[in-house]
Amino acid sequence: MQVTLKILRFDPEKDKKAHFKSYEIEADPLDRILDALNTVKWYKDGTLTFRRSCAHGVCGSDAMRINGRNRLACKELVGDIGKKITIEPMLGFRILKDLVVDMEPFFEKYRSIKPYLINYEDPPATERFQSAEDREIFDETTKCILCGACSGSCPPFWSNSEFIGPAAIVNAHRFIFDSRDQGSDERIAVLSQSEGVFRCRTVYNCTDACPREIPVTKAIEQIKRVMLYNR
Amino acid sequence: MAIQTPERPKTALKEPTKRSRWTRTGARPRPTNAFELYSWYFFRVSGILLLVFALTHLVVMHLINNVEVINYDFVRQRWASPLWRTFDLLLLFLALTHGMNGVRTLIYDYVQSKGWRVFNISVLYIVGIFFLLIGAQVIITFNPNLPSLPAK
Ligand code: FES
Repeated sequence: MQVTLKILRFDPEKDKKAHFKSYEIEADPLDRILDALNTVKWYKDGTLTFRRSCAHGVCGSDAMRINGRNRLACKELVGDIGKKITIEPMLGFRILKDLVVDMEPFFEKYRSIKPYLINYEDPPATERFQSAEDREIFDETTKCILCGACSGSCPPFWSNSEFIGPAAIVNAHRFIFDSRDQGSDERIAVLSQSEGVFRCRTVYNCTDACPREIPVTKAIEQIKRVMLYNR
Repeated sequence: MAIQTPERPKTALKEPTKRSRWTRTGARPRPTNAFELYSWYFFRVSGILLLVFALTHLVVMHLINNVEVINYDFVRQRWASPLWRTFDLLLLFLALTHGMNGVRTLIYDYVQSKGWRVFNISVLYIVGIFFLLIGAQVIITFNPNLPSLPAK
């Protein structure tokens, strides 16, 4: 099928402002958006720049705004999106070139919630035991691939560059609700700052955007409740 | 031969200027911000209460009665009962504080500069508290025993 890709282009060496450029290409309905982007890059315009690595929805490199919604280009089929496809870099991030955005502020916020197991006891001889039920509690939030689709879809994140964003909160949830972890207080102290979890407006865009189907908004609300109940 | 690093483009690529608050320097996290927590909780509770209060207000004032029958005498009779006074006082308080809390979060979302934030929040609190006070004064000090206005 014939599709029109309208892509937001920005070359920091030439352009002052980002602008749209359209490309007519032939694509199979079962092609992914990533394939369509490759068609453009390989056969039409080699200067088109985007991130991708695994091409199978695992690495989280190619989150972008496809027809107004944040999606992984490698997980969306052309046939599902339609004949007119608008592709932009995610909102709320500084554009480096074309669809490539600066993820450093995002990872800085991610690191601030201490995304690693904190346990002050001596490690046991075998593993730290955890029941299947305890593991189940935070199962959803272990699935995050740090693509940034949730944070980049969040209106408070767009307007407020200081807001920690849903992705960091999801990863805090993964450890706060882990029975083996003892760092909850430290993480909650980070999240309860003025630009932390309470800048969330329960917009639910993050839940829609997550390519791993993590119930992001629910995880955020659980953290708010834990803060309330533990006071 | 040393590898040449290409010169950085001078246009558009703007580096973030300040180090952000999320950069950890090993310092202890700041104490828990209870104000944000309670304002979030208050939002939920006042929202549910407002559902009851505002709907009751709507039904009583606009469906059972309507603007044509509401006049000074109507208000006088209504506020003769301490029940309705308490009701109106609570409605005033909940609606104003709930709304102020909402505007406060909007300011936090959209106003980044410290000075403007302080300015906006100050205006909000001054205006909000002013309305709260004059509203409360009317409801509390209203004297239902005054005679009716003469009919025109
Ligand atoms: S390329 Fe790895 S997630 Fe899409």
